[in-house]
Amino acid sequence: MISRNYLIRVLLILFISFSFTEKSLSADPSQFIQSIVDEASKALITNKTKEERMHELKSIAIKSVDIKGIGFYTLGSHRKNLSDAQKEEYNDLFRNYFLKSFASRLSDYTDPKINVISQEKLNEKYTIVSSVLVATEKTPEVKIQWRVYTKNPDRPLIRDLIIEGLSLARTQKEEFNSVIQSNDGDINALFLNLTNFINS
Amino acid sequence: MKKIAIVLFISIFFSVAANAGADGENSLSKNKPESVKDCFETVNRGIFAFNQFLDGVIFEPVARGYRYIPSPIRTGTGNAMGNLSNLVTVPNNLLQGDIKQAGVNTARFVINTTVGILGIFDPAAMLGFEKEEKEDYGQTLGSWGVGPGCYVVLPILGPSTVRDTVGTVATFVGGDPWYNVTARNDTHYFKESDYYGTRITGGIDFRAKNVDSLESIEKNSIDFYASIRSLYLQDRQQKILNSKKITDTMNDSDWEEIESK
Repeated sequence: MISRNYLIRVLLILFISFSFTEKSLSADPSQFIQSIVDEASKALITNKTKEERMHELKSIAIKSVDIKGIGFYTLGSHRKNLSDAQKEEYNDLFRNYFLKSFASRLSDYTDPKINVISQEKLNEKYTIVSSVLVATEKTPEVKIQWRVYTKNPDRPLIRDLIIEGLSLARTQKEEFNSVIQSNDGDINALFLNLTNFINS
Repeated sequence: MKKIAIVLFISIFFSVAANAGADGENSLSKNKPESVKDCFETVNRGIFAFNQFLDGVIFEPVARGYRYIPSPIRTGTGNAMGNLSNLVTVPNNLLQGDIKQAGVNTARFVINTTVGILGIFDPAAMLGFEKEEKEDYGQTLGSWGVGPGCYVVLPILGPSTVRDTVGTVATFVGGDPWYNVTARNDTHYFKESDYYGTRITGGIDFRAKNVDSLESIEKNSIDFYASIRSLYLQDRQQKILNSKKITDTMNDSDWEEIESK
């Protein structure tokens, strides 16, 4: 009897956990983005230290952003010249670089309010979700669009942020390309820059 | 003397534009802002560093101070500067064949300059004349099919391309009615300082609106110069296309082959 009750309780907990996960990371791109920005807002309004905020923002990014995909995209054609070992090294560096950069950019905001407005399905792989960052006393309203990768419809992932029409992924790609080009195509120069940024 | 310097400047860049146009990479390429060549990168980086120095000691501190001015006053100032920009936008609407938008912007200018007290308020929007994107001569040249030429960084004015620089110069040789009645011709109604005053105020207003975002980009860049270049070229591409639809400005094929799973 005890074991049956225990089993029911375990099943119930599992069911609730599963439902919560499904709700918090919705398969619908608009709901997915709204849930992510709401979660990020909560991380930013609570009375926490900057380190705690950054830690929470990194956790949100890990589960909602396709960091590996963005990393490969930002390498552009240079990725074709990498060995497997270099790819692995780059993935690690980019992940740490991205998380630090992402959390650092957002942790300075306090109580940002982002409202999702609409979505446009480009194809089976991508949906663009449009939102606005509500204006404050100091900053004007900002239009933000999210490129959501929907190849696995049950687990959408963010691949780009387009702020007022300016793609962060493309900017990053051109920045990385510039670093590689100005060092005679040496990918190690990029690795060194990323390492310096991570350790700074 | 100042005008001679400007003309010299145009001549140099026209010759550069002609050379740049020959490499085949500077055709319209609307979906590829990255194809714009940075032909003078070393010089550009030097001017960029100089601009950053000026920004650090003058513009940014002034912009930060400006943000302490009450919000309604800043909004009114921004509105008034935006209203003046209609004087350049309207002729460019016409040059691009957008007669309807030229009419809307003319109505906005007349209503906001009079009822809106020199453009401080925006009653035109309440009457249905909604604010649209500004247009300039660089955008018009782009819409006519003129390639961007090389990317350049101008002292104080910042990022540009050869085409956009020519467009900027066009405003000083008769293309900007506000410049014509203040600095270019002696109309007895305005002074030269009126023009430069409004330009500086507009610049400070713009810088103040972007203090946080620029600081964030700089802090998180491994090559700030390259980031600004990319953002500038993307912005110009979007403005020339006059499109709010990002699928028009983004090249989706860039993403197609990325499979990280």
